[in-house]
Amino acid sequence: MNGHRLGIDVGGTNTDAVILDEADAPIAKTKTPTTEDISSGILDALDEVLRQADISGDDLEYVMLGTTHATNAIAERKGLNDVGVFRIGSPATRSIKPLLEWPNDLADAIGDDIAILDGGHEFDGRELNSIDESEIREQVRAFDHVDSFAVTSVFSPVREDHEERIAEIVHEELDDDIPVSLSHEIGSVGLLERENATALNAALTSVAAEAAQAFIDAMDERSIDAQLYFGQNDGTLMSVEYALDYPIFTVASGPSNSVRGAAYLSGIENGIIVDVGGTTTDVGALTDGFPRESSVAVEIGEVKTNFRMPDLIALGIGGGSHINIGPEGKVTVGPESVGYRLTEEARCFDGSTLTATDVEVAASDLDIGDTNPTVERDTVQKAREYIRTEVERAVDQMKTSPEPVPVVVVGGGSILIPTDLDGASKVYKPDHYEVANAVGVAIAQVSGEVDRIYSLDDQGRDTAMDDAKAEAKSRAVEAGADEDTVEVFDIQEVPLSYLPGNAVRIKVKAAGQLDR
Amino acid sequence: MRIDVTDLEDIALGATILGTGGGGDPHVGKLVARQAIEDCGPVEMIQPDELGDDDLVLVSAQMGAPTVAVEKLPAGHEPLASVERVEQELGRKADATMPMECGGINSMFPFAVAARKGIPLVNADGMGRAFPELQHETFNVYGVSGTPAALADEHGNTCLLETTDNEQLEWHARGLTIRMGGVAYVTDYPMSGTEVQNTAIPGTMSLAQDIGEAVRTTDLDPVAAIRTATKESIYGDPIQLFEGKIVDVRRRTEDGFVVGEVIIEGLGSDADATMEIEFQNENLGARRDGEWVATVPDLITVTDRETGEPIRTEALRYGARVSVIGIPTPQIMRTKAALDVWGPQTFGLETGFVPLSDS
Repeated sequence: MNGHRLGIDVGGTNTDAVILDEADAPIAKTKTPTTEDISSGILDALDEVLRQADISGDDLEYVMLGTTHATNAIAERKGLNDVGVFRIGSPATRSIKPLLEWPNDLADAIGDDIAILDGGHEFDGRELNSIDESEIREQVRAFDHVDSFAVTSVFSPVREDHEERIAEIVHEELDDDIPVSLSHEIGSVGLLERENATALNAALTSVAAEAAQAFIDAMDERSIDAQLYFGQNDGTLMSVEYALDYPIFTVASGPSNSVRGAAYLSGIENGIIVDVGGTTTDVGALTDGFPRESSVAVEIGEVKTNFRMPDLIALGIGGGSHINIGPEGKVTVGPESVGYRLTEEARCFDGSTLTATDVEVAASDLDIGDTNPTVERDTVQKAREYIRTEVERAVDQMKTSPEPVPVVVVGGGSILIPTDLDGASKVYKPDHYEVANAVGVAIAQVSGEVDRIYSLDDQGRDTAMDDAKAEAKSRAVEAGADEDTVEVFDIQEVPLSYLPGNAVRIKVKAAGQLDR
Repeated sequence: MRIDVTDLEDIALGATILGTGGGGDPHVGKLVARQAIEDCGPVEMIQPDELGDDDLVLVSAQMGAPTVAVEKLPAGHEPLASVERVEQELGRKADATMPMECGGINSMFPFAVAARKGIPLVNADGMGRAFPELQHETFNVYGVSGTPAALADEHGNTCLLETTDNEQLEWHARGLTIRMGGVAYVTDYPMSGTEVQNTAIPGTMSLAQDIGEAVRTTDLDPVAAIRTATKESIYGDPIQLFEGKIVDVRRRTEDGFVVGEVIIEGLGSDADATMEIEFQNENLGARRDGEWVATVPDLITVTDRETGEPIRTEALRYGARVSVIGIPTPQIMRTKAALDVWGPQTFGLETGFVPLSDS
């Protein structure tokens, strides 16, 4: 085997692919339209980069896939499972029913099999209530028609025992293969948000299985015997088996991959990433080579969740954005966009819509499209000023300190961004910027995470921290990381107000290189 | 005046502003109150002067850690259980209920009690904002005994407390709350109609509702929106204390509270100035270039400069563009007796009370 890596990013518009050589340098890249039938789009991209790189499928050691399947399934309510939703915490929690705040059509899409059962723990690990095995067995049998289960127990981030036991009972009563999503593996403290994320995860396992199968089939079709991975929300990788169990962790992998790819291509570890697509621009923060996570509840398909997601500001500005000229000559850009129809509708492609791309082509005399469109100088100036102001503002909002920081610009629409942004120490537009997503997933590390409440009076801060770090590292190794390269890359401590015993919540993430 | 589920949204938003950065996220409480109103119908909200002199008014609140409150949701019966335990002790039923804290999550539970018991809710409270402890009540300031009081948990346990003073009530109730798993539901300061009229801060629930509605519907800036609401209340006109960008947030744990300060660098008319806000769960005091400009008990609320949404202390973060709003409290919260209970020095600030002027 020859140590090449293939990164594929299946986006809404384009499927990007890139091949990295043994030294992780990009040696081939392509952008092809995303196809309805996922496998054929992957195959098209695969064949093109293999041809460019002049290598065979046997030379690929790792293949990484970034995908928006799960995101789209939730948005379109398509292909979702019927889910048996168990909350373990009675007599507490009964006042608010599971899925209460879900949009009706999404709740309907996963069925109405919901139960609140005895069990759960207190913040300090005491049992809130014991579980009633016969009650659980009866309820599991009543839900024998569902495709998967979601189990959320009170304070399971502190004690997971009850969730684990329910999973055993489901498998004993029904079928060893039925997917059971456990909330302590998915979210952190905050019952409703964690329960939502867990139910969404359980709803997605069939969609994930389908995407994984398409991925595996495409590789088989070309007789590629590489290790396969999926990109996840925090910019690290998970095995295909893991992705089958935790599809919810792929829903924001796209932006994360571009942040990681931008870091890799530019060599910048700390700074701000601006990813310019056809319709939107995502502005994210890079902390020690990883995307910074959001601190507030993140909504997926209008459902509040609290699991790990990159902190992003999305601007309605992209290469295909309409230029709007209002009364008194006021010029704004977006949010309407011609999107993937840029090459038909934009002026520079002889279309009739004035887009952000046209403005740049006219201003800088770029060689894009068929004609150099005529755009009034005043409009050019105002449109560019609008984009500059919006981007500078988003960059400033994402910064963690007042000092100027490096800004890395990637994505197909990168030409829109000026190179002298206010607040930037330097603006980088690295080579291969247009396929940063695919590069990001190709170079990603594998990670493990732990999120737990400790009483520092019981064990001291050092012991608690060591315990959390060891657990995070062992989870990374479990996920496929080479033990010698695993390092902790993120630690967060949150003091818990009013609690005695000096309680803190410690969240640790570790990641390591894939074994080469 | 009848309060329906749609009104709860506005009250919850206004209560977050009155929570001055703390008081807990009203979200969970709102869902509990919503369920009660859906099950039992709207709640009648009455003014303190509509109470009969001898009417019995019992409050309802959650106490404990906000982090536990978002995980171990209530069974539903707890707020009723604490009220009923005090009723049993007094040998009579409550004629009305009332919040003891209009800021944060405790604006919500009394609506569940009122709906389920079919009794009116008094448009008043005892804090006029959010505060961390049970003695931080005008009821305490003006001589009402906190006991008999009762605590309830989700299992059906209730504890009745008789204490020598209201600080002792806080001390013992806090200990019980830990044993109940970090969150408990309390009913204390049982009062007659006359006592409510003499000691409660009137109009705070309709104020929360008016603020919430104004901020939700306004095209004006948040200060102007809040002004339309406070005009009808005994609170003073809101003042924009500062606008700027958060450049640092420092948090630490002291005696079970989250204590810290946030540093804001000025923008616009405040360019070149700096504001520092100290907090202990709630915002306690604000200094502009080192000079105290606002302190407890006056309200200091940090809001999003664009949307007017209030930002709780745990959500303060670098880079946010914020507007700091001060709201002068009514005289009942500013007397010497009141300042002895919740003035700046009781929280360790090295200043006397710096009243926001009402002009």
